[in-house]
Amino acid sequence: MILVILIGLLFLGGVLAWISEGLDARFPRIVALVTVLLDLLIMLSLLGGEGWVASIELEWLPRFGISFFLAADGLSVLLLILTAFLGAIAIGAAWDEITERTGFFYFNLLWTLAGVLGVFTALDLFLFFFFWEVMLIPMYFIIAIWGHENKNYAAMKFFIFTQVTGMLMLVAILMLAYFHYEQFGTYSFNYHDLLNVRTSGQLEIWMMLGFFIAFATKLPSVPFHSWLPDAHSQAPTAGSVILAGILLKTGAYGLIRFAVPLFPAASMEFAPIAMTLAAISILYCAKVAFAQNDIKRLIAYTSVSHMGFVTLGIYAWNEQALQGAIMTMLAHGLSAAALFMLAGGLQHRIHTRNMPDMGGFWAKVPRMAVVALFFSVAALGMPGLGNFIGEFLALIGAFQANIWLTVISAFGLIFASVYSLWVIQKVFQGEYRNEDFDDSHLSDLSRREMVYFIAMMIGLLWMGMYPQSFLALSATSLTEIMGGTQQVVLSLVEGSL
Amino acid sequence: MLELIWLLPTFPALGFLSLVLTSGNLPKKVVAVIGAGSIGLSFLVAALCAMEFLNSGADHFSRETWTWMAVGSFNPGFTFYLDGLSTVMMLVITGVGFLIHVYATGYMADDPGYSRFFSYMNLFVAAMLMLVLGDNLVVLYLGWEGVGLCSYLLIGFWYTNPANGYAARKAFVVTRVGDTSMAIGLFLLFAHFGTLNIQDLMHAAETEWAVGHQLPAIAALLLLGGAVGKSAQLPLQTWLPDAMAGPTPISALIHAATMVTAGVYLIARTHILFELAPDVQILVAWIGLITLLMAGFTAMTQSDIKRILAFSTVSQIGYMFLGLGVGAWSASIFHLMTHAFFKALLFLGAGSVILAMHHEQNIFKMGALRKVLPFSFACFLIGSLALTAFPFTSGFFSKDEILLAALELEGPGTILWLGGVIGAFFTGIYTFRLMFIVFFGENRGHHCEGEYGGWNMKAPLAVLMLLSLVGGFIHIPVDAVFSHGEVHEEHHANLLVEGFMILVPLIGIGIAYLFYGSKTFSVDKLMASSLAQNLHRLWNSGWGMDWLYDRLFVFPFMWLARINARDIIDLFYAVIVEVNRMLHRMIVRTQTGSLRWYALSLATGLVLIVTLGVLL
Repeated sequence: MILVILIGLLFLGGVLAWISEGLDARFPRIVALVTVLLDLLIMLSLLGGEGWVASIELEWLPRFGISFFLAADGLSVLLLILTAFLGAIAIGAAWDEITERTGFFYFNLLWTLAGVLGVFTALDLFLFFFFWEVMLIPMYFIIAIWGHENKNYAAMKFFIFTQVTGMLMLVAILMLAYFHYEQFGTYSFNYHDLLNVRTSGQLEIWMMLGFFIAFATKLPSVPFHSWLPDAHSQAPTAGSVILAGILLKTGAYGLIRFAVPLFPAASMEFAPIAMTLAAISILYCAKVAFAQNDIKRLIAYTSVSHMGFVTLGIYAWNEQALQGAIMTMLAHGLSAAALFMLAGGLQHRIHTRNMPDMGGFWAKVPRMAVVALFFSVAALGMPGLGNFIGEFLALIGAFQANIWLTVISAFGLIFASVYSLWVIQKVFQGEYRNEDFDDSHLSDLSRREMVYFIAMMIGLLWMGMYPQSFLALSATSLTEIMGGTQQVVLSLVEGSL
Repeated sequence: MLELIWLLPTFPALGFLSLVLTSGNLPKKVVAVIGAGSIGLSFLVAALCAMEFLNSGADHFSRETWTWMAVGSFNPGFTFYLDGLSTVMMLVITGVGFLIHVYATGYMADDPGYSRFFSYMNLFVAAMLMLVLGDNLVVLYLGWEGVGLCSYLLIGFWYTNPANGYAARKAFVVTRVGDTSMAIGLFLLFAHFGTLNIQDLMHAAETEWAVGHQLPAIAALLLLGGAVGKSAQLPLQTWLPDAMAGPTPISALIHAATMVTAGVYLIARTHILFELAPDVQILVAWIGLITLLMAGFTAMTQSDIKRILAFSTVSQIGYMFLGLGVGAWSASIFHLMTHAFFKALLFLGAGSVILAMHHEQNIFKMGALRKVLPFSFACFLIGSLALTAFPFTSGFFSKDEILLAALELEGPGTILWLGGVIGAFFTGIYTFRLMFIVFFGENRGHHCEGEYGGWNMKAPLAVLMLLSLVGGFIHIPVDAVFSHGEVHEEHHANLLVEGFMILVPLIGIGIAYLFYGSKTFSVDKLMASSLAQNLHRLWNSGWGMDWLYDRLFVFPFMWLARINARDIIDLFYAVIVEVNRMLHRMIVRTQTGSLRWYALSLATGLVLIVTLGVLL
């Protein structure tokens, strides 16, 4: 029930926020913040349990075996908390930036979050697909209405990429339900039922690809990544925070929860290709990131690069690698969100994202400089901060699965230092000059902004110094997921002998 | 006290935090007390711990705090491990570190970034202590990256000059190349032994791997990659001279006394692995030898006082690598310690000279400074004597031990020894070239009114002078650490060899005197030939390594980045969009609204389909 409340509250809060605009344009943001914080509070009650800490299963369309089935285990709870936490941060980012049609904005924001919560908890694949779509459409509006100079193009690109690949997943889901009918006599979209469906090699690979492409687009991984830089550079800051911090993680979550466990044999066969794509993502996008002048595009490409470690870890499919992937998801959620907020904050102040125009901001806005330095250093994988734990675990795990791809991916650590320090150099170091922009609004981070950033810094330090609190939560989920795939793979090996 | 060993990095870490959180709003006096005081407390704890540990007679002590991360069998913890080696390291770091911090309270007095400076310095010491006290390679890696970050921050401390930023990034990225190699080494070791605890690893490697096996060689080579990056050895030495862009106390602390010797520590710490890979171990010696010679040549051609010292540092670490390579583990650590004393002394002395000269670093604009700056002169004299291994100074004993160990090695030992002696000859030349140019001769038109700074800058120098003189008599307690590996406990050198080794640097000093002191020989005449000029250019540029790396790595990377800034993969999707648009336009054209046209196309289509159906 608690999961229904969590999601319902966001849907309701969204409607309330929209209505409250009629009273005062400042009401929606308050309604939204209260809703999200309430959600966060309720989520904390999910901590501490073992296994599936919350679940609800109601009949929906029994004829097709479709049910309203939500459940959360440790992995889901981690991602739920990340979602609510970054949701609150995103509202903070929008606080002063969004001044037009605020009601509709916060409506969309909360509905996106609701969709994400649904994605992280749905265990009925039809319901999962429903939430997958729910989080897409409001996000489209956020980019298309409150975005920057090229917003329509970016929003449309985002929509088409996600929609087309989502359709592939839908086809795969329907096929899977049909095979369940063939093998067991009933249709079912229930995750636990579908785990038992066995299909032959060729078909399994096609269905697996349907899921993989949908998730790899969201993640994103090369070659499905090119919507992301456009979406990020055009989205309002809050949109970027949600995109980078949360939406990308739904792709990784989908791979861990669905793509691999549902098709273990095909995934095993596909793993070298996926890991190759991961290595390409890491290196290629790090290189492209370095070449960007638009600071938001740069951060967007680094996101793709970091997500490469997630793919690498997932397809290495051992305990260290998977925990590494999950830690990278969490840590990158915070660090990328913070970097986008900084970039958004800069754009809000000086109306440009063009780095060659900037320089020497350290003396002007020292607090902002220190904060930017912190998150850049986190992003380049400094031990002691969360991103290091994630990438190190992912690599040490991946090394046991595929030595050469891991070695190649490890070079990403070098490139990460190149682009991260380059940003600091271009924006904050060097001589200050303001020929290319109006610096009358260039003020240092406000107290309110500092609250958000400090919250994220504490999060990253916590992940970096005592990751055990996070690793322990996901450990049981991983044992179950990995146990299942191992059984299948073993039985297949025995069958072939 | 030993139970409280965790306080060691905690004090500087707290210092860092308090300075960062107050973000420069504290008065300078308070900053100085926090900045230097935290290191002082650390040194106190270190000294007490060391005493207790050495008196206990145990060969190691370890203190667990908490598990960092536990994933399956991978569970490194923040556990402090103290043995003879880490005892020496922590005393050098906190002791020399404290002196340099005190010196810096005076040196940086007029800098607006006073608080920022000390916060970075404190963070550095905390990270460096983690590096040498961690009982596993992951915590070591934490310290390793941490000191790299502080090095970056401090090289680029004066950030308004883009050149400093470039030097800082160069240092970070070049060392990160080495770090990545080291990280891969960690992955390999974990994949084979299921642990990264150093003692467990060494034990397991010894029992499972045979000497000369391929795997220990690869693992040792990967760790060596990390070591050459951090310690500025061939082929990753290019960052260190540029790192002199940072304030001088940084050069003394990070780029002479502590961080750059981390590579030496790493190899000494994992010496069992290197002994299992004799080919790699002897490679360490060759790297050391070639680096020390190349850097020696370059040091003779530099004109910036700090760059001379930087190349000298590269060269002296080369000696340490040479020692490691020939299995003289304790001699290398001994040289690490004495080098920390005399090189810190030289850098801080150089700092005093630079301040007194109003930030002039070109030695050819100085001259006859011994009269105006007698105290700095004394510093430099003692530092230079120790650096050139003048008998009974600290550098003499440590360098002597390394060279004798090399001589005793079968096979390439004689060549390694001879190379090391030649290096000592160059050391004599470049060190006293600097001495004679800066402190003797005539005034070259500078306005130097006298010594800069008060007791807080002089007292640390006095202590370092003492240590540089008598540091050679300290016995470092590392015998138990290297007990089973060390072959040569007592060196029985004959008098002839010993005399030769004493004489060679003196000849170097003599040559420096003839060219720069008495001016009996003229440098200009020497430089007249085009061959000499080309050689000078080659050496002066650090053997063109920067030039080479720019062309091999930097330019191609920049070029690739530039031509693909638009991301060629996106082009694929752009083409799809374009094709769609084209089709759209074509189809739009068919919608003419004329009924006849529609009827005609309907009929044509029908005929086509029917024909197809019939044919197939």
